[in-house]
Amino acid sequence: MTDLTLRLEGICKSFGSLSVLKDVDLDVNKGETKVLMGPSGTGKSTLLRCINLLDPPDTGRIWLDGREITAKGINVDEVRSSIGMVFQDFNLFTHLTALDNVRIGLVRVKGVDKKTATDMAMEELRRVDLAEKAASYPAQLSGGQQQRVSIARALALKPRLILFDEPTSALDPELTGEVLKVMSRLAEDGMTMVIASHEIDFARSAADEIVFMADGRIVEKGPPDVMFTSPQQVRTRDFFRRIGERH
Amino acid sequence: MLLEGAAETVRLTALMLALGAAVGLPFGVLHVYGPRILRVAVLDPIVVFFRGIPSLVLMMIIYFGASEIGLDLSGFIASILAIGVRSGIYQSQIVRGAIQSVGSGQMLAARAIGMSKWRAIRFIVIPQALRLALPPWSNEYAGVLKESSLAYALGVTELMRQGRYIVARTFGNSLLVYTVCAAIYFVLVFLGIRLLRKVEQRFSVPGFDAAPQGRAFFGRDLESSR
Repeated sequence: MTDLTLRLEGICKSFGSLSVLKDVDLDVNKGETKVLMGPSGTGKSTLLRCINLLDPPDTGRIWLDGREITAKGINVDEVRSSIGMVFQDFNLFTHLTALDNVRIGLVRVKGVDKKTATDMAMEELRRVDLAEKAASYPAQLSGGQQQRVSIARALALKPRLILFDEPTSALDPELTGEVLKVMSRLAEDGMTMVIASHEIDFARSAADEIVFMADGRIVEKGPPDVMFTSPQQVRTRDFFRRIGERH
Repeated sequence: MLLEGAAETVRLTALMLALGAAVGLPFGVLHVYGPRILRVAVLDPIVVFFRGIPSLVLMMIIYFGASEIGLDLSGFIASILAIGVRSGIYQSQIVRGAIQSVGSGQMLAARAIGMSKWRAIRFIVIPQALRLALPPWSNEYAGVLKESSLAYALGVTELMRQGRYIVARTFGNSLLVYTVCAAIYFVLVFLGIRLLRKVEQRFSVPGFDAAPQGRAFFGRDLESSR
């Protein structure tokens, strides 16, 4: 057995006549952190949603831990419960406390009994340093805290990998740090992660590989030090120079 | 006597609203999440149909229609069926609107943790939608309570008919008797809306359409335009 957690092969996705993903291949090994970068509207979010089948690909195949999840007859709900997802705008369940947000998947999806689920959920809240906010509702939390709760919600189901869709883009600059800190810690702990992000500093320190996408294709990929200093492709170079100037 | 009538009015209203809710909730959910063909071919025409017919006419059709096919419905039952179903159709639209104002990200997040569509509706969307539906639902309560007076026409001895009996027996205290009836309706509506406001506060979630304190009866319009 290899330690390949995720394999994408020839992923294509269109919305109407708009072709968003064109023949994307990607392998993610267990414990790896891959950061997807590239201009907005390039298909990074769509690719993440293809992976957990929220928007199933039109063509192409996906394997999770060696099992093809794009095959016919696969239980998509079960697949999704083993892939965590963290959204740009958090999408915490607004009528539930932080604790219930983390616990509900355990109780209503995994069928864990309530007491065990409470213990597990508290453990995940501690992991994102929010145990003391367990009884708070989303509206009572800052954006950074909400995003950390949503990371705990994803962690609670013990996922094979976690997808992050621009997790800090909706946050004020002073709040991004606390979220990136939690994500860096997960990377060190060996969590497998695919992250769409524009955070260069984070990508440099936490990513095993940077995947640069443009116009629905993977243009180039490589380790951060190579990608940020001496990318091979003109498009990559231009992009990193432009977002480098902003920093 | 009037109090007996008031009790009958409360019974009528409770049963009409209960039937209405039993019809309205599933209809509202199906309207949003059911197959399109069901909505276009079945639900929309039903809504149009019930919106276009006065409740009194509907009551007559059910009451006399039933006896025509050999089914002996009491006026009480016929009134509840007519107004209950009519209210159910209206309530389905309240539920539909409430579901549609729950953000689409909620469903997305629920599916992303592996909930099936129906579980996500049951555990994520509906608890939020019902909270949003409560304020417009209190209008429906007031409407049905007053509409229950139509049961008078089918011989149900509710508040209005008791008032009519008193007027007949005392030879023409109409103004006084009907004014007392009006006052009783008013108080029932007032108290009911106060109660619903309490329920709303009980289930309010911080930051999620929290019901402000007080001003339960007169303040509605002012508050909703905040």
